[in-house]
Amino acid sequence: MDKRVVITGLGVCAPNGIGLSEFEAAMRTGASGIRFQPQLKELNFGCQIAGKPLVNDEHLNKYFTSLQLHGLNATGIVYGVIAGIDAWTDAGLSVAPKEGPDWDNGIIFGTGILGVDKFRESVYLVDAKNVRRLGSTSVLQTMASGISAYLGGMLGCGNQVTTNSSACTTGTEGILMAFDRIAAGRAKRMLVGSCSDSGPYVWGGFDAMRILPRNYNETPTTASRPMSASASGFVPGSGAGALVLESLESALTRGATVYAEVLGGAVNSGGQRGEGSMTAPNNEAVQRCITDAILNSGVSKWDIDTINGHLTATSKDVTEIENWRMAIGRSGDDFPYINSYKGQFGHCLAAAGSIESVACILQFKTGSVFGNVNCEDVHPGIAAIVNGAKIPQKTVCHTPKILAKASFGFGDVNACVIFGAYND
Amino acid sequence: MTKEQRYEKLKEIIKIYLPEDVLIKDVNLDSHFINELNINSANLVDIILDVEDVFGITLENEDMDKMQTVQDALMIIDKKLAAS
Repeated sequence: MDKRVVITGLGVCAPNGIGLSEFEAAMRTGASGIRFQPQLKELNFGCQIAGKPLVNDEHLNKYFTSLQLHGLNATGIVYGVIAGIDAWTDAGLSVAPKEGPDWDNGIIFGTGILGVDKFRESVYLVDAKNVRRLGSTSVLQTMASGISAYLGGMLGCGNQVTTNSSACTTGTEGILMAFDRIAAGRAKRMLVGSCSDSGPYVWGGFDAMRILPRNYNETPTTASRPMSASASGFVPGSGAGALVLESLESALTRGATVYAEVLGGAVNSGGQRGEGSMTAPNNEAVQRCITDAILNSGVSKWDIDTINGHLTATSKDVTEIENWRMAIGRSGDDFPYINSYKGQFGHCLAAAGSIESVACILQFKTGSVFGNVNCEDVHPGIAAIVNGAKIPQKTVCHTPKILAKASFGFGDVNACVIFGAYND
Repeated sequence: MTKEQRYEKLKEIIKIYLPEDVLIKDVNLDSHFINELNINSANLVDIILDVEDVFGITLENEDMDKMQTVQDALMIIDKKLAAS
């Protein structure tokens, strides 16, 4: 019999809030984390706005030693450590003693690309025939698993410590990987999350693809418009989210606070067949991912009362809503509440799934569904499927019982997780 | 820069690399970086880069190999500064 898996800790480093209380307040009030980025203007980007956490020296000195900060030039590691350590502390867990690790604690902390600024620094040194000046941490800051390695050492985890990578699906996929491991009894507690670096070298490729909005450089907070008729591309973001997943047994033994339960989920790929491609999803795969997630979780499609979509603010939002309708066979008044947080902090790429999952769990905690911003003009194709009242423009009081959260990524990969209110 | 000033500057560099249980007041001329100060060998690479930056010198591979103790480091710094 598989073990039940619950969420006992949350941490976040998001463009609109660092730390749970700041983030929760921002999500509730619709505060934006999208700002004009002078560096992008300087570099002739079409889209000169982005979501970037406002990390200051006080944060850095709280989470890192002066030795760790020496030569640290990897924003993803900074965001991931802040979110990861906060989630661990929030769960009431301690750091393993110096003598040995805790064999029951593991980490799955994903990323798309890590330490881009450090890598740039290294490239310049290597090309100048100065490889000897790279220092001892250029590898650690630029290897994809650098983030799980940093956290693993700080916390002393002795179970699996790894990094997953599946583009914008990364964060949601990681939750299901950790869920499987705990359900199978191979670990008691897993810190799971994902991070994404900030900056022009991460965002440039998307600007070149002309999929970012270019007409909002003077009005950044209105640029990210999921589900809106005037959506014109996703706003690039960055940051990290983290959750502690734990067997219910372990949580009860420790007397930990349980935020919600992970009921199950599914991951799949459309194989870049049919309408699927490197950058667009195969619709059948998306629908199967959702229906499989519902099936694996042992709930009925009628039980889902809240959805947090991928919904990046492109013309594809309509297709996503149509896929949800096909998968759950519900529309109009019967459609669950649905929201996208990307209106507030943009598309945080590899970090999207984890930051958004943290916000989903906060909806259980606060008994609310956070409002959608910038979609006063709901796209007519979406309005034809979902009753407008189910796309709240402001935060509404509604305690989710069963929430479906999905993420889709480049490479035609999908993940859908089902969270449930915890009932003992 | 006097010899004393060079020593103080070197100690400032070493300070952040010391593990928690080693204090800067425990550092003396004879201290062995790895065996006594418990400095991670990977970090020794960074100490060398910091020494280059702070003293404006360039160390060769053989200098790095010889740099076992604080005294060794000071001697190499003195030699490089004298030659520049």
